[in-house]
Amino acid sequence: MVEQSNPMSRRRLLSLIGMTAGTSVMYQAATSLGFAAESTYSGPPKLEGTPKGASVLILGAGVAGLSAAIELRKAGYKVQILEYREKAGGRSWTLRGGDSYTELGGFTQTVGFDAGNYINPGPWRIPYHHYAVLDYCKRLGVALEPFVQVNYNAFVHSTKAFGGTPQRYRTVEADFHGQVAELLAKATNQGALDQAVSKQDQEILLEALRDWGALEQDLSFKPGEISSTRRGFEKDPGGGLDGAPVPSKPVALSELLRSGLWRAIGIGHGYEFQTTLFQPVGGMDMIPQAMAREVKDVIRYNAKVTAIRQTGSGVTVSYVDARTGGTPQTASADWCLCTIPASVLSQIDKDVSPAMNAAINAIPYEASVKVGLQFKRRFWEQDESIYGGISYTDLPISVIGYPATNYGSTGKGVLLGAYCWGPYAYKLTAMSPEERVREVVGYGARIHPQYTAEFDTGVAVGWHRVPWTLGCFGHWTEETRAAHYKDLCAIDGRLLLAGEHVSYLPAWQEGAILSAMDAVTRLHQRVMAL
Amino acid sequence: MKTRIALPGAMLTVASLLLAGLLPLTGAQAQNTDVQSAKPATALAKPTPDDGEAIYTSICQGCHMPDAKGAKGAGTYPALAANHNLETAGYPITVVLQGQKAMPSFGPYLSDEQVAAVVNYVRSHFSNSYTDKVTVADVKIARPAAPH
Ligand SMILES: Cc1cc2nc3c(=O)[nH]c(=O)nc-3n(C[C@H](O)[C@H](O)[C@H](O)COP(=O)(O)OP(=O)(O)OC[C@H]3O[C@@H](n4cnc5c(N)ncnc54)[C@H](O)[C@@H]3O)c2cc1C
Repeated sequence: MVEQSNPMSRRRLLSLIGMTAGTSVMYQAATSLGFAAESTYSGPPKLEGTPKGASVLILGAGVAGLSAAIELRKAGYKVQILEYREKAGGRSWTLRGGDSYTELGGFTQTVGFDAGNYINPGPWRIPYHHYAVLDYCKRLGVALEPFVQVNYNAFVHSTKAFGGTPQRYRTVEADFHGQVAELLAKATNQGALDQAVSKQDQEILLEALRDWGALEQDLSFKPGEISSTRRGFEKDPGGGLDGAPVPSKPVALSELLRSGLWRAIGIGHGYEFQTTLFQPVGGMDMIPQAMAREVKDVIRYNAKVTAIRQTGSGVTVSYVDARTGGTPQTASADWCLCTIPASVLSQIDKDVSPAMNAAINAIPYEASVKVGLQFKRRFWEQDESIYGGISYTDLPISVIGYPATNYGSTGKGVLLGAYCWGPYAYKLTAMSPEERVREVVGYGARIHPQYTAEFDTGVAVGWHRVPWTLGCFGHWTEETRAAHYKDLCAIDGRLLLAGEHVSYLPAWQEGAILSAMDAVTRLHQRVMAL
Repeated sequence: MKTRIALPGAMLTVASLLLAGLLPLTGAQAQNTDVQSAKPATALAKPTPDDGEAIYTSICQGCHMPDAKGAKGAGTYPALAANHNLETAGYPITVVLQGQKAMPSFGPYLSDEQVAAVVNYVRSHFSNSYTDKVTVADVKIARPAAPH
């Protein structure tokens, strides 16, 4: 942990950074200064004492609903789950060859991937400090492997710089750090930092800059062995007679600054994106599948909740068959834990207080699109030595994510061809799935020309068209949190809510599980106090 | 705290404002979501301000569908086709600008011209035949007050 220094000066520093730099820089700074908090999880909740036959009806079988069911059952509650889909997991979802997916509007895609290939249209990475997610993986035996975030050999790309030619992450970072270090060293030697840094510390600073930036003895960053050990060689060191390396040449600072590519080298410094990250072997839905195995006898699938009624002593929920409609059926329990996304819940007929209703209605859902593309071969590995990781571009597709698994396999391979939010996500969502794939392949070919010859098949998920979430995640602002968050968390008669939207970690599985752990803990306290 | 910067005709995005460092990073946003780690692309093929159809097909139909008939799953997207709520033009203007329930606000994305254009388009297509036109001034007035 970073030591807490004077908060006033930290805050002032942050506001200064915020005035001159983008938020990613600001965010990194906030993180390195110790503002961004890690998960509060310290093991599954200890629900002590018997609930004396109390029952809980859980709505939604995403990771929030499933983890709540596991803990409540363990504590002795009678649990049932109603889930709209034909399977568990919600947004924690994997699409594999042979899967069929019909989005709102009736557009159906049948995934044409080869066996073993998959795409995670929702969550794909787990930070090492998402303790609750990782603890469930450990307890339920879900195998994890490293997710590669930063790949020094992946590309950073701007349509407006270097003639549109993608650059290697490695060279951009090395040249940016090297030349910033050189500048700072010059400023130090010219006395520009005399006010801020004591003479004695300046000596140490110079040494640190030399080390950090890969500077020469004379504090310059220039072509040579030293800079090449960061940015790579023009000719790598080899064996035998012709083994001598040829150093590479850094790009001029001005060109680098104007390229904007420095924007793309900071993301992996963010707290959520630091090494080590994980992914479940075989797809993200391995987590909900393992959870669902624990409670499989209490999940009713294809149950679309249409109304939630409560009295002073219990809850009755109406649901219809999600595929055929038909006559509503009911399920009753002493308590109800609802994890249905607020986007859908806001439309459900329900008995809740005006305050909770206002809170449910105050959460807009963000747009996001992910596109999975299968190619005839793993050309990114075979031609470009890119093993896992992410390329960043200012093209609308934003990123190309390479599979961090099965390296070196010779068959077809699947990569993430686009992951966008904001305006372009709306635009892609508004297209038919085939148009999305076509457009994304066209953009990607500007980074990997192999796309044109090697493209095989693709699948595109626009989150606003996902029938059971109507969006990607619930968007909070400081104002809406202040006005509504407490009301959203309240125990409202016999009902309480959990899920990604009931957390300070929106759009993370950790947030969904932590909200569920908090909900079952408070519910149990209430039950024990009766 | 939706900061809006009025540049007539310009397509501004919250994301681009964030990137430009124009919006403060607040406590509630200090958490980087997975989704937001991607660089937001601002390159929405810019519809000309008065092209309501282009705006409809590049944004609205994502949810309300190409035929404007909405859709139904676990929840519902309302039909805009033959929708009597469109009779009073102020209503769709407010919904587009400020959002409603899960629908995000498009005030930060769209200029006054663009909001007027898309509202006029929807009110005169898809079995809606309202003849009174919304003006840019109508939209300007309906914008939420500038942030403090
Ligand atoms: C594009 C994207 C990228 C993401 N990336 C990451 C990541 O890298 N790492 C990470 O940890 N998290 C990530 N997340 C966030 C993560 O997916 C969510 O936070 C988490 O899965 C939410 O779990 P939940 O149980 O709250 O909701 P959900 O998983 O949405 O579960 C809610 C359940 O309710 C059901 N339901 C809805 N309506 C009804 C109804 N009327 N009746 C009955 N049931 C209903 C749904 O079918 C669903 O199964 C990402 C999300 C998205 C969309």
